[in-house]
This record gives sequence, structure tokens and C-alpha cells, in this order.
Amino acid sequence: MSSSVATKPSAPPPKAAAPARTQRSVLSRVLARPEVGALAAAIAIFLFFYAVAEPFRTLPAFATVLYASSTIGIVAVGVALLMIGGEFDLSSGVAVATSALAAAMITYQFSLNMWVGVIFSLVVALAIGFVNGYLVMRTGIPSFLITLSTFFILQGLNLGITKLVTGTVATPNASALDGFDSARAIFASDIPLGFMTLKVTVLWWFFFVAVASWLLLRTRTGNWITAAGGNQASARAVGVPVPKVKIGLFMGVAFLAWFLGMHLLFNFSSVQSGLGVGNEFIYIIAAVVGGALLTGGYGSAVGSAFGAFIFGMTTQGIVFAGWDPNWFRTFLGVMLLLAVLVNLYVKNYAAQRK
Amino acid sequence: MTDTIAEHAAPDLKAGTPLVEMEGCGKSYGAIRALEGVNLTVNAGEVACVLGDNGAGKSTLIKIISGLHPHTEGTLRVDGKERHFSSPRESLDAGIATVYQDLAVVGLMEVWRNFFLGSEIRKGKYPMAPLDIKAMREIADAELQKMGIFVKDINQPIGTLSGGQRQCVAIARAVYFGARVLILDEPTAALGVKQSGVVLKYTAAARDAGLGVVFITHNPHHAYLVGDHFIILKLGRRVLDKKRSEVSLEELTTEMAGGQELAELSHELKR
Repeated sequence: MSSSVATKPSAPPPKAAAPARTQRSVLSRVLARPEVGALAAAIAIFLFFYAVAEPFRTLPAFATVLYASSTIGIVAVGVALLMIGGEFDLSSGVAVATSALAAAMITYQFSLNMWVGVIFSLVVALAIGFVNGYLVMRTGIPSFLITLSTFFILQGLNLGITKLVTGTVATPNASALDGFDSARAIFASDIPLGFMTLKVTVLWWFFFVAVASWLLLRTRTGNWITAAGGNQASARAVGVPVPKVKIGLFMGVAFLAWFLGMHLLFNFSSVQSGLGVGNEFIYIIAAVVGGALLTGGYGSAVGSAFGAFIFGMTTQGIVFAGWDPNWFRTFLGVMLLLAVLVNLYVKNYAAQRK
Repeated sequence: MTDTIAEHAAPDLKAGTPLVEMEGCGKSYGAIRALEGVNLTVNAGEVACVLGDNGAGKSTLIKIISGLHPHTEGTLRVDGKERHFSSPRESLDAGIATVYQDLAVVGLMEVWRNFFLGSEIRKGKYPMAPLDIKAMREIADAELQKMGIFVKDINQPIGTLSGGQRQCVAIARAVYFGARVLILDEPTAALGVKQSGVVLKYTAAARDAGLGVVFITHNPHHAYLVGDHFIILKLGRRVLDKKRSEVSLEELTTEMAGGQELAELSHELKR
């Protein structure tokens, strides 16, 4: 058969001697990681507050900073994975409130055990995530628009249903309900370490970041997440189940929003219906400061933790420095800009080294 | 190179047995009929070339076989069984690997991750089982070297490779995963002369190893170098369907350039 072919095939090209492999240096490889810019920025901001604000230098202050960071970081790590997967979620902030309100009201109104409310609100949260993901995959409408709609729907529902059920804009105090204490132990306890008292959310935050990092870098699912965000058509063509991956990511964000909602409920015993509005941007910014690309396909879970830490330090540092809190947002904006610039600078430097 | 392909080719392939058969296949996107009434047989050990201008229906044809868009009329048989692929996964599982011109790889991911994307090696079967990264790096590196592709660092993002190299990685991947049918979508369109030569050699090697190859191109010169069977599509219809022995390069080139229409046009433009 090959006689009918013009080219004489199957003569393998002479095996060229393999050129010497250049393994990039450890420093180059470290600098090429997405989170390294955020780490540099976090260190710079830490040193800055350490220098200007004396109360910032104590360990209890550090515990406070970590706690503030964890309340952002828990959701931000899910948002980071979602963004690496190429999607946005603008409903993550209000989903926190929805979860907490759902748990508090169903338990209080029907005099149930608190754990029933915890499970019920988990189902609600996962359903929100599923609907977000399903609509995005099914319609092909950008997730920005779908989740913006969910954001408004949930914001209205939070207020409307709370008003309808309780007559006010907050849930009644839930601390006397059965199972409140055991749930509080999981979601909102204090861990005395002797030299400082740590909120349990800090440990949960570290745990979620570790799991997410492992998932992203060491498992097949992580490969699929990066591929789905980097080039959805390619990923699909080689057999990656893109819709499953993305719906899973939306549900992951919803799960973490639920977790934070549970923390707020058990920490403060009562939930305001307007809670969480605006935080979705903070989660997204933490992920972006941490090296996640707005266009998807690149980023890290650890980076989102650095991003959240920068936020935590800034919010608390301003207080510790005794500055006028009216300037908080302005200062936050400047800090963010600096963090993003440092990030960019480090990335360019790393690229030039190659 | 040839050895690598032979090594991974399915052992039951016999030259001449039909692997993919399309009969009266067509596809409509709403009111638009992108492809209609196409017959195509891909035999083991043969290269079927599909030629056509932009919008002729070439892409639609391969999307049907590779499971990206199911056909809406006619029948598609793979290994003698009628199939209706609803996802690329099903097509891949049937041994059909497609190398796309534009969407071959994920640019920001490492070379080895791209090589194994969708078919990762894991240390276990449970849902969160870790990847066997060491094995994947070594295999990807070794397979690429065997095909004469030397990357500086197997951990570098594949976007840093040249277009030809990326194309070759995609072909190496398809071959490594034991494809029975290899679909190449305009593999030489974005390449220089030398790199096109490399891709054409792989194509011939895959054929000699017994794979059925579908070679999509708008370059009749490239097609005639490797093809056993030629089909020309125009506006979703088949306008030429001939074996190599029945057609000359001139005829292919003329037909591709517009054939009768071109003759009329030249008559019209004559001064």
C-alpha cells in the first residue's frame, strides 16, 4: 500500500542527540508560582503596620488579624478555585447570609434541634451553587450575569422572608436552642493556646486552603479545573467533563459560604438579613491579589489565603494604628493597588529570568 | 518514531477493514444546513483526505466523528456498530482521537499536564486519588523525545512552545493513548514547510501502523503526499470522491480552486 504513496514514509528522522536538559533553578521555579507576588505584598504590609502601629506587634493582635483574615479567606479559597475554573460568583456574599438565616429561622420557627437547621441550610446553599452552575453551563450566559441575578434574588429573599417570618430584619437569638452549643463548638469556638486565643475559623481556613491546594495541584480534578478555565473547548475535546467540574466549583463556593454563614450564626447568635452584601467583591479581590487570573486558567489556593491575610491586616491595622476609620476604604484601595502592582512586578521579574 | 506509533497502535487493526463509516450524514444548526448527505469510509491503514474551502463543512464533519456535535441525519458506524456520539469522551472511548488545529492544548498548563489531560494516571481509583506526577512527567518526556520533540523543560507551560511543537505534542498524545482512528484537523495550516513535513511524516507513520487517519486540509499538495482517498466538500456537499488511483494532483488542485466556476470566471475576466 505504501508503494502508492509519493513520499517514502516510515524512515524515522535521524535521532538527533537530545540537547542537555536545563532544569530551571529553584529560585526561578518559586518565582514563577502565582502566589509569590501576594506573599511579597503581604510581608511588606505586615512590616509596614508592624512599624507604624505599636498594638499591632502583640500576639493577641495577631490572633485578631488571623481571625479577620479567616472570615474572608474561607470563602475566598473557593472563589479562587472557581476563578481558576474560569467563572465568577457574585452571589457568594449574600449566600453567606442566606445560609445563616435559613438555619436560624427553620430551627427557631419549628423548635427543632439546631443541627437540623445546619443540615437544612447546607442543602439550601448547595442548591444555590448548583443552580448557578447549571444555568451557566446550560445557557452559556456569562457567570457574571447569572450570579448577579442570583445576588439580587437572594438579597431580596433574605430581607423579604426574614421580615415575613420574624417581623424584623434580624433573626431571634438562637443561643437557647437545642444543639446550639455543640454546633458552636465546631463553627465558632475559641482555642486557647496559652500565649493567644485563636478562633477555630482560623484552623478551618488553613484546612480548607490545604485541601484546595492539594485538590488543585495533586489530583485529576485539579487538572480539570485548570483546563476548564484555561481553554474550555480544548478541555472538552480531550474528554474533560467541563459542566460537572464547573457546577462542582459553584457548589464548592456555596459550601464555603454556608460554612462562614454557620460561623456567623453561632458566633453572634443572631443574624442580620442584610449581612454579606458587598463581600463577594472582597473574595474576588483576595483571589486576584493571590494571583488568580480574571480570565481563568491560572492561580492558586494559597494565594487566596495571602490575599485574605492582606485584607485582614489592613482592616485591623488601621484600627490598631488609631487612624480615622472614615478613611478605611481609601486606605484599602491604596493597599490593594500596591499589592497588585507588587504582584505584577514579581511576575514580570520571574518571566524575564526564564 | 514509527516504532512508537506501532507500539501503541491497537493490535487488532487490519489494513483495509472499515473503522468509521458515514452514510448520508448531515448536520443542521437550526435552519442552517452545515453538512448534508456525506458518505465517508475510513479504513485501517489508510489516509482519507477531506478537502474544502472555508465553510465547506470540514469542521462539521470532524465534529460529528469526534463527538463535539452529534449528526442530525444519516448514520455513523464505528467498527461496524451504529453510533451517535453525544460527547467527546464517548468518541475517545471508541478509539477516535482528534487533533484540533486551534484547540489542541491548554496554553497555561505544563507540557506534561497537557499530554495527560483527560487521561491522567492516578495512584488509586478513589475520587480524590493523587496523580502519579513523576510517572506522567517521565512518560511524557520519553514519548516526546521518541517523536523527536525536545522541550527545554517538561514543566514549562505548553504555550511557550512553537505552533508546530504544540501540534506534535497533540499528535503524540493521541497516538500514545492507543487511538484506532486519528483525525487531524488542518494540522499543517499554521506551520512552516519544515514543520509541515514533520507532521506529514507522522501522518504516514500512523497509517503504516494500521491506524485509520482522517486528514482535513485545504492544501491539496499536502493531501496528495499522504492520501489514499480524497473527498472534496463545497458548501456542505460532496463534490468529489475518488481513490488515489483515479485522481491526479492537478485535478485536485483545480477542483479545490473552484473547478468549473474558476473556468467560467477566467472566461468572464478575459480581456
